[in-house]
Amino acid sequence: MSRRPSLSALAWLLLGAAYFVVPLAATAEFSLKGGLSRYSFAAYSSFLDDPQFRETFWLSFKLALETIAISLVLFVPTVYYVHLKLPRLRPVMIALSLLPFVVPPVVLVVGLLGVYRGAPEWFIAKPEGFLVAGYVVLSFPFIYWSLDAGFRAIDVHTLTEASQSLGAGWRTTLARVILPNIRAAALAGAFLTLAVVMGEFTMANLALFNTFPVYINYIGETKAYPAAALSIVSFAITWIAMLGLLFVGRGRGRRVAQAESAVMT
Amino acid sequence: MLRGAFQNQAGEYTLAEVRKLFQGQYLNAYQTSVELSLLTAFLGGVFGLLLAYAALREGTPRFVRPALTTFSGVAANFGGVPLAFAWIATLGTVGVVTRLLNSAGLHLYDHGFSLFSFTGLAVVYLYFQIPLMILVIAPAIDGLRSEWREAASNLGASSWQYWRHVGLPVLLPSILGSMILLFGNAFSAYATAYSLTSGRVNLVPLLIGAVLTGNVLDDPHLGQALAFGMVVVMLLAIALYLPLQRRTARWVR
Amino acid sequence: MAHVELRELRRTFGPVIALHGIDIALESGEFLSLLGPSGCGKTTALRLIAGFDRPDSGRILVDGKDMTRVPPSRRDMGMVFQAYSLFPNMSAEQNVEFGLRIRGLGRPERAAKVAELLELVGLGHAGKRYPHQLSGGMQQRVALARALAIEPRVLLLDEPLSALDAKVRVQLREEIRRIQLELGITTIYVTHDQEEALSISDRVAVLSQGRIEQIGTPVEIYGAPETPFVAEFIGTMNRLEATVTDPSTGEVDYGGTLLRVDVVRGRPAGEHVLVLVRPETIELEQGANGSAPNGSLAVEIVSHTFLGAVTRLRLSCPAGELTADVSTTRALAIPVGTQAHASFPPATARLLTLEQPASAARDQDGR
Repeated sequence: MSRRPSLSALAWLLLGAAYFVVPLAATAEFSLKGGLSRYSFAAYSSFLDDPQFRETFWLSFKLALETIAISLVLFVPTVYYVHLKLPRLRPVMIALSLLPFVVPPVVLVVGLLGVYRGAPEWFIAKPEGFLVAGYVVLSFPFIYWSLDAGFRAIDVHTLTEASQSLGAGWRTTLARVILPNIRAAALAGAFLTLAVVMGEFTMANLALFNTFPVYINYIGETKAYPAAALSIVSFAITWIAMLGLLFVGRGRGRRVAQAESAVMT
Repeated sequence: MLRGAFQNQAGEYTLAEVRKLFQGQYLNAYQTSVELSLLTAFLGGVFGLLLAYAALREGTPRFVRPALTTFSGVAANFGGVPLAFAWIATLGTVGVVTRLLNSAGLHLYDHGFSLFSFTGLAVVYLYFQIPLMILVIAPAIDGLRSEWREAASNLGASSWQYWRHVGLPVLLPSILGSMILLFGNAFSAYATAYSLTSGRVNLVPLLIGAVLTGNVLDDPHLGQALAFGMVVVMLLAIALYLPLQRRTARWVR
Repeated sequence: MAHVELRELRRTFGPVIALHGIDIALESGEFLSLLGPSGCGKTTALRLIAGFDRPDSGRILVDGKDMTRVPPSRRDMGMVFQAYSLFPNMSAEQNVEFGLRIRGLGRPERAAKVAELLELVGLGHAGKRYPHQLSGGMQQRVALARALAIEPRVLLLDEPLSALDAKVRVQLREEIRRIQLELGITTIYVTHDQEEALSISDRVAVLSQGRIEQIGTPVEIYGAPETPFVAEFIGTMNRLEATVTDPSTGEVDYGGTLLRVDVVRGRPAGEHVLVLVRPETIELEQGANGSAPNGSLAVEIVSHTFLGAVTRLRLSCPAGELTADVSTTRALAIPVGTQAHASFPPATARLLTLEQPASAARDQDGR
């Protein structure tokens, strides 16, 4: 029942692959050269020893984790509730989920700076408060789409009613019944958020915070080869994380995994 | 922020700041930004659609889909310095591809091409535009039922006729909507443009950045006015997007 | 219209053999149903005929011409899918005229044909509606009109009624048959619903696990099943394991009782056979235990299942259990627990020989 692979489709895929892979390959090659005539990993070791590398990487990673945690806590119940009780609100949610794409990070910063003028000192000084709030907004589209697909793949009403008829309260239902079934969807959203936060430069830079992308930028302004190596590392880590997710999702059950690919798609 | 846009240095309410937007340098910035965004939205849309369809149609090996979608997830967020770097290494003055073409007789930079220009930016922007398009249009492509294709074929239609009468019309609302999304995405891009051109190409986000960090002018209200202008453009984009979204939902079910 | 032939059609998907090389020949204007459980290969066969799939070996001939390599768009067959096949961006009318547009017909001719076909399927008034505004049954009618618009040589239907409600199904299947007879178009109809197949087909091909178990008229399939699978699959059938005792009179021994079965005459004595008795042929007489007249079984009525006009009775006797269908009024007279005598007309029972021990004869792919 499957059609033969089309030549033109393969041609396009190869062309696309070339467009996307060549710059990465060029960067990799560049990073391995280090200005010498032979290949070496010098560029990589230069920043692996740099304490700032670890600090900024860890900071960004922490920010990502916090964003993920807050997003999930905020949005899982919300999306669940919308799916359960307010299906009419879904188009509104979809429109909302697109706002972060179109509201520029720049505007966000300007706006947020205004908002936070009144906020307590400790909130602004540490990157957690300020940036995380912004990142939650920024990654909302990805989290929302993932969760939405996950909820669509399960029969929310039936599961909830079954759980309640067996005597479970809201919290138990959410924790024991709903969450395990959307685990793959939540993971998908989490990893996409990871990509967003690990790559977000504008907000952090304008607000003068030292996150990983800011660090890469700084290195890029001074040392070309390590910066190239850094780019490769950051790209690779994020991609591997996503592929890892896919395998986790596959083990979790085909239906949910398919919803995932519908989302990640 | 809204308030700030309508104030001047002295704190009085005025339209002066907003009016400044229509002056040469600033208007030019909006124009360039819009042009760049439209161009990359359109090209990103077309290529994204082609790639997404190529990956999702029957007959393509099963591994292509997850590989493409995870890659797109990462690439759509790839920007700023790393991206600029990758392209400098590829198409910069001594980039890999540039040197390759030079040895083949095609001297890009002699013919006026520069990575650090409008054209160069467009090429680089596509690196995250196309993946975004892929991510957004794939569910719509999934929604194309195989029965339609088979029924069309059964009734005598060729591949091209199927696309012309059924496939593309059904996809069109999604495609247009996605392109508007891409427009917004390009319009708001800051990091990549900054890393690549350092302001050589006149774009609104760069201008705002310059104003905010006090490099050029130290007029926060101008910055806010500029940002306000961006919001207006964005709202126009959203206003175009929403009705298209609703039309999509009607068919793909 | 068209004479269709399938020769040794074979299709495998990896290790799974979907079709074991089947042979079917249809007369022009014939309505043939492919009947069988899920996974039996009937849809695979239909898709091969339509051209959406290529067989591994074998040939498909229409009017003598080999169609096996012809692409689906040039086979001149009309297909009705199970669901969701109407183009969502077009109205009913536009859907129906699609094939005509492709063929380059002018607008007035198209409009006339479309109007005629929509009338034929009873949707003359709904032409301007879009698929999402039509009910399931109406959508399938439009799909039928669309397939017929191109005046195909062969009409193919892939479980077109499965997704519809019971009442609509009965109504629509009769309309499909009526239209088919009116147009005289050769038709192949895939279904898993035996009532559907038996009620509207000229012939039925029963498939199981990629093989044709039997092809025959509905009466033949029902009354004279040729394999254990068909006997089991079509309707309900009592299977009595018996041994031939007297070939001249057609007598068999079923668990100690002697029964007369006409079709046993001439078979070797001592042969193990499977006597097939339809539930509706069993007659029940009330009677005291032990005094069963010759040729009938002493049974006890174990349960009643009310089916409307008919009540299904479960009968228990020393040799095994039987199912009998009697009219509900009759059933009221013989409640659960009654001792009765069950018999059946000797001419109505059918026979299957057993090559293996009886217990292993179920559903074997041995044929």
